[in-house]
Amino acid sequence: MSLKTIIANIVKIMSEYWDVFLIEGVSYTLILSIITVFFGAIIGALLAMAKRSRIKPLGWIVTGFVEVIRGTPILLQLYFGYFVLPLLFPALGLTEFSSICIALVINSSAYVSEVIRSGIQAVDQGQTEAARSLGLNGRQTMMRIVLPQAIKNILPALGNEFVMIIKETSLASTFFIGDLMTSYLKVKGITYLSFECLLIVGVIYFVITFTLSKIVAAFERRMRSGE
Amino acid sequence: MSEMMIRTENLHKSFGSLHVLKGVSEHIAPQEVVSIIGPSGSGKSTFLRCLNLLEVPEEGKIFFEGVEITDKKVDVNIHRQKMGMVFQLFNVFPHLSVKENITLAPVMLKKKSKAEADDMAMELLNRVGLADKAENKPGRLSGGQKQRLAIVRALAMEPDVMLFDEPTSALDPEMVGEVLDVIKGLVKGGMTSVIVTHEMGFAKEVSDRVLFMDDGMVVESGTPSEIFNTPQNPRTKDFLSKVLI
Repeated sequence: MSLKTIIANIVKIMSEYWDVFLIEGVSYTLILSIITVFFGAIIGALLAMAKRSRIKPLGWIVTGFVEVIRGTPILLQLYFGYFVLPLLFPALGLTEFSSICIALVINSSAYVSEVIRSGIQAVDQGQTEAARSLGLNGRQTMMRIVLPQAIKNILPALGNEFVMIIKETSLASTFFIGDLMTSYLKVKGITYLSFECLLIVGVIYFVITFTLSKIVAAFERRMRSGE
Repeated sequence: MSEMMIRTENLHKSFGSLHVLKGVSEHIAPQEVVSIIGPSGSGKSTFLRCLNLLEVPEEGKIFFEGVEITDKKVDVNIHRQKMGMVFQLFNVFPHLSVKENITLAPVMLKKKSKAEADDMAMELLNRVGLADKAENKPGRLSGGQKQRLAIVRALAMEPDVMLFDEPTSALDPEMVGEVLDVIKGLVKGGMTSVIVTHEMGFAKEVSDRVLFMDDGMVVESGTPSEIFNTPQNPRTKDFLSKVLI
């Protein structure tokens, strides 16, 4: 297999199936990732709040949940979402896509809750003490002093979580969901050119994640210089 | 004893198995300036932090202006507004401008309107020579400037007492003077103050009374000249013989 043939094959594949990769695959991957990060962030924030709450059992439940999610493979969780969720909640009439979405959101929320918790914890305890010494109550201190500083730690980490999720959604192709990796399976199935298709998909993934990580890094630098 | 600004009864505080305060009963009168000296780990900072309940003692009572603030039913936030605190590591708010550092609490706690608070902030900043930094973030201020800001931030709440927790210990030597000058100005103006410090010369100069703490207890207390010139307790003598005055 010469380099010439490979390049010729890639050109041929792209001229015929570019829309399967670049339109269908990329948009499904991005939509899946955006939904996951968006709802993952909201639920993750709620989980982080629950963990800090004064109602101790709530904190234990969250801790247990986070440990289970972090301690089991994401592929297993996707299987769980794909096969078990529709059985548990038949009334919801879950599609394959939404079952996988829910599984990804649940997974991401566990990681995001840790991102938020550690972002809050990284704010110097002296900041809280100073605010409390002025007479601010716990909630005022959290909203005006701790959270605005924690955001600086949390947002870049959320950006990185987004990049991670983009790669992890490739596992959804196990269920032929339509993401970029599914595009690979489809086109390979038609052309039998597995190496070329992998190369194409790999380059697309890399371009997306590389660009996004650079944007996150630039954003992080700007936030730091704001102090 | 009701005329006392702060009174403590038999305070005990432990961190894990470490018994830091072993029964401290003290009192601070209005307009009194009390310095607390003693070796590291003697419990002086913990005692000071108990006074506004940043540390909650396991045993004992604290009365502030006649109210027992260690009573669980008392809203300590109200009373903390009347007790300014200055920390060793400044703890200025890095995400707010110098002026906002000062105005945040008075405006948020409805003590002042935004305009009133702004005026007062500028006046306070003028007093400590930081008026030109009002709109800057505190990130680029020197340690001495940060501590001066922290002091006026506390003053903006118009407290009845100021608690200083080693206010110059984290400063470069050339900046100690500028911060001590601000504190001196305050106490001369009649501000009730409790100062934990390692600056013996300063304690001697500004205090009405000096407490020497060791091993979780107030071992000796008296006027600066009693403590520094004619200490009675052997532990006080030993400590003072080791430090430069």
